[in-house]
Amino acid sequence: MANFNLKINGETQQLEVDPTTPMLWVLRDHLKLVGTKYGCGVAQCGACTIHLGDTAVRSCQLPISAVGDQEITTIEGLSENGDHPVQQAWIEEDVYQCGYCQAGQIMNASAFLKSNPNPTDAEIETAMNGNICRCGTYTRIKKAIKKAATSENA
Amino acid sequence: MTLVKTSYNRRSFLKSSALAGGGMMLGFSWLASCKPSPEQLKSIPKEWFDINGFLKIADNGMVTIMSPNPEIGQNVKTAMPMIIAEELDIDWDDVTVEQAPLNTEIFTRQLAGGSQSIRHGWEALRMAGATARQMLIMAAATAWQVPASEITTKAGVITHEGSKNTAGYGEMASAAAAVDVPEEVPLKDAADFTIIGTDRKNVDGPKIVTGQPMFGLDIQEEGMLTAMIIHPPAFGMAYKSMDAEAVKAMPGIKDVFPIDVYPEGVEKQWSDGGGIAKLVAVVGESTWQCMQAKKALTVEWEVTSELQSSADHDEALTKLLNTKPKQAAREDGNVAKAFKNAAQVIERTYSAPFLAHNTMEPMNFFAHVTADEAKLRGPIQTPEFLEKTLVSVLDMPLEKIDIMMTRMGGGFGRRLYGHFGVEAAVISKKMQAPIKLVYTREDDMTQGTYRPSYKVRYKAGLDEKGSLIAWQVRGVGTNDDLVFENRFPAGAVDNYLAEKQLLETNVTTGAWRAPRSNFIAGAEQAFMDEVAELAKKDPIEFRLELFDRAINNPVGDPETNDYDPKRYAGVLKLVKEKADWTNGKKGNTARGVASYYCHNSYVAQVLDLTMDGDTPKIEKVWCAVDCGIVINPLSARNQIEGGIIDGIGHATYSQLTFKDGKPEQENFDTYNLIRNGQAPKEIETFFVDNGIDPTGLGEPSLPPVIGALANALYKSTGQRYYHQPFISERQVVG
Repeated sequence: MANFNLKINGETQQLEVDPTTPMLWVLRDHLKLVGTKYGCGVAQCGACTIHLGDTAVRSCQLPISAVGDQEITTIEGLSENGDHPVQQAWIEEDVYQCGYCQAGQIMNASAFLKSNPNPTDAEIETAMNGNICRCGTYTRIKKAIKKAATSENA
Repeated sequence: MTLVKTSYNRRSFLKSSALAGGGMMLGFSWLASCKPSPEQLKSIPKEWFDINGFLKIADNGMVTIMSPNPEIGQNVKTAMPMIIAEELDIDWDDVTVEQAPLNTEIFTRQLAGGSQSIRHGWEALRMAGATARQMLIMAAATAWQVPASEITTKAGVITHEGSKNTAGYGEMASAAAAVDVPEEVPLKDAADFTIIGTDRKNVDGPKIVTGQPMFGLDIQEEGMLTAMIIHPPAFGMAYKSMDAEAVKAMPGIKDVFPIDVYPEGVEKQWSDGGGIAKLVAVVGESTWQCMQAKKALTVEWEVTSELQSSADHDEALTKLLNTKPKQAAREDGNVAKAFKNAAQVIERTYSAPFLAHNTMEPMNFFAHVTADEAKLRGPIQTPEFLEKTLVSVLDMPLEKIDIMMTRMGGGFGRRLYGHFGVEAAVISKKMQAPIKLVYTREDDMTQGTYRPSYKVRYKAGLDEKGSLIAWQVRGVGTNDDLVFENRFPAGAVDNYLAEKQLLETNVTTGAWRAPRSNFIAGAEQAFMDEVAELAKKDPIEFRLELFDRAINNPVGDPETNDYDPKRYAGVLKLVKEKADWTNGKKGNTARGVASYYCHNSYVAQVLDLTMDGDTPKIEKVWCAVDCGIVINPLSARNQIEGGIIDGIGHATYSQLTFKDGKPEQENFDTYNLIRNGQAPKEIETFFVDNGIDPTGLGEPSLPPVIGALANALYKSTGQRYYHQPFISERQVVG
C-alpha cells in the first residue's frame, strides 16, 4: 500500500492503495467515479478511456503509480453541466443504445477533436477504432463527432 | 376513437403504493439528471398522486411514468412510456420516466426478449394512459357538475367548452386518484397521435453522456464487498478441490470458498439454463484485489465428460447433416420426384461458428441476503424467473425477495440466463453481507450460453423455364435444430421438404439476438441469390414471383405459414424503389439484396460495397421495414442500424472456437468484434406506414443483412461466401 495525491476533475484526491492498482479500479472502487467503465481490462475495447492531461488513455492499463502529478479527467469532469460539444452532439444525434461504452467513446472523441479539430471521415474511423460499441452505433458516433467538430469551429 | 373494456389486466389499475420510492423522491430524481432552470425549481411538485400502477401525476401537472420492462439498449424505457403518455394526452416535456421494479402484481411480462416488449405491451400501456385520462375527466365532471362526455383534453389540460371550465391535470390529480376505475375507456385514433410516431430522444441520454451511475456494475452500497467467481476452464470439467489458505491471506481478501449454486432438489427455471452449479467464489474488498486473488489461486478440476474441440463439433455436425432424419419437419408434394424431373438442380452447404454474446457490461449482480429477506439489483432480462429460482434456492417466500432491474450494458439474449443473480445471492448468504458479483471479461466470454454452431444444406430444382419447382432444406446445430419449416419459401414451392436435427454437446448454448434466424436467414438468402442466378432472373423479381405464388396460389394451407406474403413482398418492393435497384448502383460498387421475416416484423435490405484488398467497405445499406406502427422513429432507426452493424460484424469477423473443451478466445485481443471503421458508411431506413399494431425491432434487421452482404461480396469478388466468419484473420486494433 502507498499514499497518492491525484488531481482528478480539478480536485485533489488523497488515497492509500496498492500501487499496482489500475486507475480504472481506483476511480470506480475507491473514488466512486463509476462513469469510467470496465469492458475488457486489456486495452482492447476503450470503455475505460480517460484523459491524462490532454491525451486519451486506457485507464485499465494505467497503474496509479504511473500517474504522478498529471491531471486526470473522467466523463464526470468533462464539462461542468454536461454540455461539452461532444456530449451535446451525442444527445442531438441520440447516439446510444445500451449506453455502456459511450463514456469511453465520448472521452476518446473529445481528446481526438482537441488534437484534430477538422478530421476527415477516415481520420475519425482510425481514431475511434479502439472503442468497441457492441450495440453498433458507429454510424451515429461518426455523425456526432462531425457535428461536434463543426460546432467547436463555429 | 375506440371504446375498449378495461378488464384487461385490471389488477394494474388498482390503486397501488407498492412501487419503490415515494412520489417526492421520484420528482427529485427527475431534477437530478439535469440542471434545473429557475422555472423548473419553482415547479418542484409538492405532492404526487398514484393514478394507477403505471403512472403518478403531481399537483403541478408533472407526470411520472413507470417503464415496466427491462432496458437492454432497445430503448423501451422511452418507447413504452410514450405509448402511455399518448393516451394520457400529456405534453411529453412534462413526463419523467422511471424504471419500474419487478412487480408481477401490477405488470405483466416484465421481460426483454424476442423483440416482444412493444408488441405485448401495446394494449396494456394504451389502456393505462387512457384509463388515467378518463379518471381525470371524471374528476373534472364531478367538480364542475357537467357530463363527462362533454369534457375534452389536450396536452395535459382538461376543458369543458360549455361552462368555460378549464384545469390542468395537476389540479384534478388528487380527485382523480379517488375515482373508481372506469369500466370502459376511449382510445385515440391513430390519426390523432401526437407522441407516437414522432422522434423522441432517449430519456436516459443526459445521464449516459455524463457518466451517471445506472448500470448494475455501478452499484455501490454501504458495507458492500466485491465477489468474483472461477468457473471450470473447459466444458466437460468440474470443480474438484483447492488449497485456498495462501490466497485468503492476500490483502483485502475476505474469503475463498466453493459454492453450489443449484444444490440437489432446487427447482430451476428455463432461465437458469447456462448456469454452472459448482464454482469457486472469491470475496474481497475491491475488484482489483479479487482479480489478483483469482490469478494466484490454483484450483483442481476433474474431467466429467468429453473435452470437445471445434474439429469434433464440425465433424459431428457434418455427419448429422449427411444423415436423413427419420421424420420431416414439413413436406409438401414430392421433392425426390421433382428433383429427378428438374432441368437444373443446385445444392449448397453453409456453416457458422459458435458466438459469444459479449455484452459490453460483463455479467454482474448485487445481492444482499439476510435470514429474512433478499434484495437483488442488477442487469437481468428475465427478473420474474430469477425470482422464482431464488424462492427455491434461498427457501424464502416470493414476497421477501425484492428485485430491481438496472439499465443493462447490452443483452443480446445473454441476460435471459440469470444464473449470475443466483450466484450473487448464494455468495451474499454465505458471507452474510451485501456483495456485488462481477465477472471479468474472460469469465464472461468463456462461461457459455453461446450462439450454437450450425450447418445447413439447401437444394433447389428449376424447370426448363427457370421456375422453382423444388426446395429442400436440412439444418443441424449444436443443441439447436435451426430450421423454421413454415417460413418462406414454404407455401410458395410445390415440392418442399424441411428437415432438422440437433447435436447434443456439453458446450452450453442459448438465445443470441434473433436465435436461429441470425444464421439461417443469411444462408437462405445467399442460396436464393444463387438459385435466381441459375434461373437467369433478377434476384428481386425471382423472390417477388415466389411471393405472388404464396399470395395467389399458396401451396398447402396458408394458415400454416408463419409469414404474410403481402407484407413480405411489400418491404422488398419498397427497398427496390428506395435503393433504385435497377439503375442506382454507382461506379465499382457491388450490390446485394436480401429479405427476411422474424419476430413478427418484415425487413428487406440492399447493400452496396467496394473491396479494399480483402476487406469489404460497406458504402450504404438501404433497409425497408414493416413493423406496423412505429412508436419512436428516432430510436427505431437506431435499432435497425445496430442490427445491421451487428449482423455484418459477426458474419464477417467473429467466432468462438474450442480446443479440448476450452474456448480459444477469452478477450477482445483474440475475439474480433466489428470496429468503427468496418461499419457501413451510411444506413437509410424506410418504414412501411400501414397502421397495423406494432411489432418488435430489436432483432429483425440483423438476420437478412448477412445474406445481402454475402450476395454483394459475390458480385464484387466472384466468390460465393458459404462459411462464417467470411474474414477470419485477426484484425489489428489501433
